[in-house]
Amino acid sequence: MATPKPRVKVPKKASKGEVITIKTLISHPMESGQRKDKEGNLIPRQIINTFKCEFDGQLVFECDMDPAVSANPYMEFNAKVENSGTFKFTWVDDDGSIYESENKITVE
Amino acid sequence: MTFNRRQVFGLTAGAAAFLAVAPRISFAATEDTEAAIKAFTGGAEPVEGTITLDTPEIAENGNTVPVGVSVESPMTADNYVESVLILAEGNPSPAVATFHFTALSGAAEAKTRIRLAKTQNVIAVAKMNDGSTFIDRKEVKVTIGGCGG
Amino acid sequence: MARSYKLSIAAGAAFVLGAQCAAIAGGPSDDKLVIDEEMEIMTRVAPPEGHPLDEVISGWHYRTEETRDLEADSFQNPGMLYVERGEEIWNTVEGDAGKSCASCHGDGEEFLKGIGANYPKWNAKAGKPFNIELQINACREENMQAKPYKFDAADQKALTTFIKHQSFGMPVEVDLTEGDMKAWWDKGEELYYTRTGQLNLSCATCHEDYNGNYIRADHLSQGNVNGFPTYRLKQSAMVSLHNRFRGCIRDTRAAFPPAFSDDLMALEVYVTWRGTGLAVETPAVRQ
Repeated sequence: MATPKPRVKVPKKASKGEVITIKTLISHPMESGQRKDKEGNLIPRQIINTFKCEFDGQLVFECDMDPAVSANPYMEFNAKVENSGTFKFTWVDDDGSIYESENKITVE
Repeated sequence: MTFNRRQVFGLTAGAAAFLAVAPRISFAATEDTEAAIKAFTGGAEPVEGTITLDTPEIAENGNTVPVGVSVESPMTADNYVESVLILAEGNPSPAVATFHFTALSGAAEAKTRIRLAKTQNVIAVAKMNDGSTFIDRKEVKVTIGGCGG
Repeated sequence: MARSYKLSIAAGAAFVLGAQCAAIAGGPSDDKLVIDEEMEIMTRVAPPEGHPLDEVISGWHYRTEETRDLEADSFQNPGMLYVERGEEIWNTVEGDAGKSCASCHGDGEEFLKGIGANYPKWNAKAGKPFNIELQINACREENMQAKPYKFDAADQKALTTFIKHQSFGMPVEVDLTEGDMKAWWDKGEELYYTRTGQLNLSCATCHEDYNGNYIRADHLSQGNVNGFPTYRLKQSAMVSLHNRFRGCIRDTRAAFPPAFSDDLMALEVYVTWRGTGLAVETPAVRQ
């Protein structure tokens, strides 16, 4: 598996107090732990279990994921922006790996 | 190239393994669903309304089913939606995801894509910061493919 | 009074049900494929000369609204993850010659524009048609001195997806005048109409005679290949054309030929021709 790479869509600009829509997608098989390989052995679970969005250090949105979230997990949610700043997105893998992305937004 | 029975199963292992176990434990899953709702609400019976779950009536494939939730709320510092629990009653394990919102979320709305083992109810439960809880339920028909299934 | 009221509700319900069934069974959708509400994609075109159907229609029209929407949003389309991965591979050095694809061809987005829309293509040296996967493997062996990809290796699918995507929106057109392409087309046509397997089905049975109808819950398309490699919801991953060919043949319960064998290459030439004029949709999203 190539290292999961996040894709994030955040508007570059917004007006003060605007509620913006954020979309994120990350490549990951989300192995459910219920499938079997060709020899009939259970393939161990390995999923992204947590996704988090913060704005300048403050939590905006978080999601706990179970194996029923589809492969290449997609998240769409909102954020209210009052000032320019940086969004930080974090995905936590069952194996402890952390995948991150940062996006700046200018509020006029 | 020859193709034996074992390989046929191997190739469809993903869907087959998922589907094969579902009917056997569907009764338990419903109990699990009730237990998960109770654990989330702290024992309270959630009320219908305020939360809307958006799902397709028919899912072309159970592996990727779009779901969305939206909860009516001003989303201010003292009146907001804390979290929304998503459950799939007919899956081997009903837990799907839990969304956590804050006043910075601006709106209590989220969308994702989920796996459904078979035709079943998807359930969304919202918990507000004052402890009140709301529920919505939608049935999603999961179709099986052509000759390959 | 109460009784007639009930009756009229029942009649209304029957009407609604009837209308729904008609909508479901009514062949391809009337929707238009517009990517990100900006770029319209040619999904219905007039057939090339000698084509058996009146109109060539992309498989996109046969999917449910949710699946169609997923392809129409270039951010949400999970296939785009593989386009990005493919671009990384394009720029990554591999093999004893110390080269990447970019070492010879330069910027992928620039060099590859329109190329994928004209594959498969006659390869004089090999004396047979080459698809993108065969061309990549030839390049790897001859120029990069790297091992060829095994069929359906993750990197093979991602790189093929990236290459084909550089022709996104451009019309499919295969050159049948080069080399022996016409003979391969003839062979492909013969295979297309040959019934095989325990179910005794040919490609034409489902995709020519019964397209727009259902086989169990599956809405049969014309089987065009302009969206391959395609993101399939069932696998939640990219599916190559030869994987789909083999899957279809397997489903007729026949023994299926190896990927890139002469039979499947002939079929690729012929089936690609059947979709002449449709825009490249790679990565398309299918069920």
